[in-house]
Amino acid sequence: MSDVVEIHVNGRAVRVPASASLAAALLAAGESAFRRSVTGAPRAPLCGMGICYECRVTVNGVAHVRACLETVAPGMDVVTGG
Amino acid sequence: MSGVAVPPDAVVVGAGIVGAACALELARAGLRVLVLDAGDVGGGTTAAGMGHLVVMDDSEEQFALTAYSVRLWRELAPSLPPECEFDPCGTLWIAADAAQLEAVRRKHEAYTARGVAAEVLDGAALAACEPALRAPLAGALLVPGDAVLYPPGAARHLLAEACRAGAVFRGGSRVDAIRPGAVVVGGRALPAGIVVNAAGAAAPELTPGLPIVPRKGHLAITDRYPGLCRHQIVELGYLQSAHEMTAESVAFNVQPRRTGQVLIGSSRELVGWDPATNRAVLGRMLERAVHFMPALAAASVIRVWTGFRPATPDKLPLIGPWEEMEGVWVAAGHEGLGITTSLGTARLLADLITGRTPAIDPAPYAPMRVLSAARRHG
Repeated sequence: MSDVVEIHVNGRAVRVPASASLAAALLAAGESAFRRSVTGAPRAPLCGMGICYECRVTVNGVAHVRACLETVAPGMDVVTGG
Repeated sequence: MSGVAVPPDAVVVGAGIVGAACALELARAGLRVLVLDAGDVGGGTTAAGMGHLVVMDDSEEQFALTAYSVRLWRELAPSLPPECEFDPCGTLWIAADAAQLEAVRRKHEAYTARGVAAEVLDGAALAACEPALRAPLAGALLVPGDAVLYPPGAARHLLAEACRAGAVFRGGSRVDAIRPGAVVVGGRALPAGIVVNAAGAAAPELTPGLPIVPRKGHLAITDRYPGLCRHQIVELGYLQSAHEMTAESVAFNVQPRRTGQVLIGSSRELVGWDPATNRAVLGRMLERAVHFMPALAAASVIRVWTGFRPATPDKLPLIGPWEEMEGVWVAAGHEGLGITTSLGTARLLADLITGRTPAIDPAPYAPMRVLSAARRHG
């Protein structure tokens, strides 16, 4: 198994460590606004352990997935800012 | 200013959406109005209402009041602030099979004959306008003039407008009793020209004899899934669930909210004032929702809560004078339609109080009907 996998973040191909959590991978890829609050404010991971729900992104078409609880997988399609 | 406070012309008991609407109409009619509520604005049944502004045809009288009220809401809509979240999304009454589609056609005739626009959709047209509904369904009745809003926001707005017209609101003021020409708050009698009992399901505690019982309901709201639900959607069987005073029933009813959230109802139980979530009923309600809209199975519900509809035996609200006590008027008992019918109720009540001619016949809603019925049967 390769140490690096390629995922797609808002259509952009990004190479990230194979064992990374999706939250860490997105931060490493330079994403800061994981999602938008109901008033449009940018949000990003806070607790990193599934409690705060601030890091939700859309993964392979499924909305509101907590990035901190997901491990990256080859070809994963991620959309942020929703 | 004199040192002696002038008693208000009218004390409105209850700052739910019905009390707020009554306060606005009475203040605009020139009365000095005081609104009292044990809690805050719109914190009781109003906060557990879905917020549908819907024309319903369970009876001619219900149709008349809901159609009149929806008309008043649509007149008001341009002036509603964003906090009211008014959304003219229309209602879809969905038919699961051919027999229900026949009922949809009869409903269509009833609405159009009474001047309310409606359109019959076949299964394909329904699927096109609500792709997340399960297929195949037989069709639906689209009532484009219906809308939804956020009830606590609307109650706050109506009460703020009442206060701009001169009304005074005192929250945290529990009314212990209503007497002729006064209300009792904290052991003190506050004089009032008239008293309007708009205390919803609690109205009988202040006006004994009002036949209103709390009818519990559950609501669930999802996270934001913009576009998943585009209209208020109700199964045709909803009317039956609402009409029959069975111990327990659920019906499919979902609404889009401005945030992209989906509000899911509805359940009905007669269990007194127990606010606890009933997992069995909630489970059946959510199963019903998933049955009609399968994508909801994967949606996260972020909050579940309950509330109490003020239910009357004949499913019509009580609007008018309570002749058992001088100077007492009633605007209560709106069951699950109080958000819709608040405006019609308030206009009707103010018409009766000020001697104006009401736009619709107030007789079917006269509170005294319940006493004459009881005496007839007694």
